[in-house]
Amino acid sequence: MTAETDTKTPEAAAVPPPGPAHEQKAAPRGRRRLLTRRDRITLALMAGVPTVLHVALVWVTAFASIALAFTTWDGIGFDSIKWVGLDNFRELFTNNPQFWPAVQHNIIWFVVLILVPTPMGLFLAVQLDKRIRFSRVYQTAFFLPVVVSLAVTGFVWQLVYNPDTGLINSLVGANKPGHYIDWIGDPHLNLWAVLIAASWRHTGYMMILYLAGLKGVDPSLREASALDGANEWQTFKSVIFPTLRPTNTVVLVVTIIEALRAFDLVFVFNKGAQGTELLSILITNNIIGESSRIGYGSAIAVVLLVISLAVIIPYLIATFRKERRA
Amino acid sequence: MHLHLPGSSAPTPSRRTLLRGIGGAAALGAGIPLLSACGDSGSSADPKTVTLGSNASDAVPKKAFAEIYAAFKKQSGLTVDVNTKDHNTFQEQINSYLQGTPDDVFNWFAGYRMQFFASKKLASPIDDVWDKIGGNFPDAMKKLSKGQDGKYYFVPLYTYPWAIFYRKSVFQQHGYEVPTTWDQLVALCKKMKKDGLVPIAFADKDAWPAMGTFDQINFRLNGYDFHVELMGGKASWTDPKVKAVFDHWAELLPYHQDGFMGRTWQDAAQTMVAKKAGMYLLGSFVAQQFTNKADLDDLDFFAFPEMNPAYGQDTVEAPTDGFMVSKAPKNHSGVVKLLEYLGTPAAEQIYLKADSSVVAASSKADTSSYSALQKKAYEMISGAKSLTQFMDRDSRPDFTSTVMQPGLQKFLQNPKGVDGLLSSIERQKKTIFASA
Repeated sequence: MTAETDTKTPEAAAVPPPGPAHEQKAAPRGRRRLLTRRDRITLALMAGVPTVLHVALVWVTAFASIALAFTTWDGIGFDSIKWVGLDNFRELFTNNPQFWPAVQHNIIWFVVLILVPTPMGLFLAVQLDKRIRFSRVYQTAFFLPVVVSLAVTGFVWQLVYNPDTGLINSLVGANKPGHYIDWIGDPHLNLWAVLIAASWRHTGYMMILYLAGLKGVDPSLREASALDGANEWQTFKSVIFPTLRPTNTVVLVVTIIEALRAFDLVFVFNKGAQGTELLSILITNNIIGESSRIGYGSAIAVVLLVISLAVIIPYLIATFRKERRA
Repeated sequence: MHLHLPGSSAPTPSRRTLLRGIGGAAALGAGIPLLSACGDSGSSADPKTVTLGSNASDAVPKKAFAEIYAAFKKQSGLTVDVNTKDHNTFQEQINSYLQGTPDDVFNWFAGYRMQFFASKKLASPIDDVWDKIGGNFPDAMKKLSKGQDGKYYFVPLYTYPWAIFYRKSVFQQHGYEVPTTWDQLVALCKKMKKDGLVPIAFADKDAWPAMGTFDQINFRLNGYDFHVELMGGKASWTDPKVKAVFDHWAELLPYHQDGFMGRTWQDAAQTMVAKKAGMYLLGSFVAQQFTNKADLDDLDFFAFPEMNPAYGQDTVEAPTDGFMVSKAPKNHSGVVKLLEYLGTPAAEQIYLKADSSVVAASSKADTSSYSALQKKAYEMISGAKSLTQFMDRDSRPDFTSTVMQPGLQKFLQNPKGVDGLLSSIERQKKTIFASA
């Protein structure tokens, strides 16, 4: 900020300088101006069109949904929007039996992703980084789930979990009356079942991120630690892992985002029924449909937005602080 | 925009000025309502064409409807321009579709769902059509086609009953008899369990099938009027009458197929195809899963048993599909002609020839080509004192989808927590029904 205060404010810059002499002097310099008229039009279009789209599709809609969170609206005609103040939130926090489970599940989702597939991905990346034989094949195999759309992942895992004809129950014979495992329906099981599918995918994602991070590690560091007589684990713990710090930050952010936007897998799996409720699914269920509760759905969206901001703002502050220091 | 001035003292615009200029342009751009994009498509009303928005995206109904429109063209010279959308997408978008530039006529469902759009003025009354076609329909169908203002908004085409389906051969083999009272039903379930059968096939992964069971027990126990009051948000969910419904249901639950929360109705139907399940409470579309003709001929059904002698078996759940007219059809006279045609027995027969899992809504349609199952379904519906649609067609869809579907699933998993569940449903219901 301080660096910019001595440049002229736009208003000041716009005031034509007094005196014709000055103007004559300025004229030849005008040719050296960085931007010709055409440049400006191009620039205005290149920056302006995306800005308009961004403002209209991101900011306007975000503020619209914040505003709608304080209303009830069935989506039919603007005159049916009714201001209800905090009613939607009160209803949500005290009356909605699915809301708190949804918040809880989003948190579990994050904890599991960070505790299980992330170390797995790191482990795989370290192994693959050693240039073992067929490393490309393994890499492709582990990364494949990331390339496939999550909706498709959901369909595939349904074939595994289907209680009557699924792979697991057919193998262990748990599809007979009396001893039955309902992977998709049992509220004590289904969240974990779907988290295995999510982890299956997340591992590959983490592996690629860490692999990229490991490629950036200076080989001389390894040599140095080898010369110092460190074994493999010591090298990893004291030399390699600390250099992965920037990657870890990215991994953390990516995982938080994955946990908050978790949706498609569960939606395909069982539409967020008992045991797998998620905030994103509650929003969808309330907003999409014939006689939608747009105000109420917006209120849930606002809660998700607040949670996201609470996570993202500290991250952005930290990042910008680092950049400024650099 | 001051930047155009020549001889600006700054040789290049400062970064900020530039940004401000762009920001201004952006603000200006944002001011133009984007919504204006969805205007009229430009085609002025063609007197020879009626446009129709269709949710019949499945192959069988799509072809059946196309045949109806072809027959209509032959008779009237009017073309029906069909705009088919995926069935579920159509339902999800119906709201914005009807507010935008909808087709003249569209496929829809009878019941509260139809009345909702009628009361929102998104549909046109069609009393003039009913003056002509009224004689083709029984009173129960007439009642179903009216909005809350007493005007007609709907032309029904076909309907199908919900009942308990079973296989004749299985009943013969074990010497079972069709139960006509609640106690007989429970006793039969017990016997079937002993014989190693799953007494009642069941699936609720899609969250709607359980509503059918609730409806049956509710109107058998408390009658049609209470069903209407409860669905309309007037009766209370904490009423002991509702509690009684769940108590009876809980009595029957141990005889339901295990693992229903992870199963679709198609899979549940397969257990009956395989003769592993004794009964299945579902709509007659269950017949679609019986692809082998011998199996299909073996399929039969009976009405849900009597629970309260005051009501007997007088109510039949029979969801009805048909047509509505959008708020401002471009070709009004064509629309009237089309709906009058769709209300004739001839149109219904064309449809039924292609789709044999449903029956005609009209009482004049020729039933001679019906299968035994269709004949029985037809008799059951035409003999009913009252017809219900289905929980999510007789009540506000936002209530049924966001409160009742998860609520019933919760009950199925924890039948003992009914009291807490019912007061939670009642509290949520009050907010939803108060909102519009």
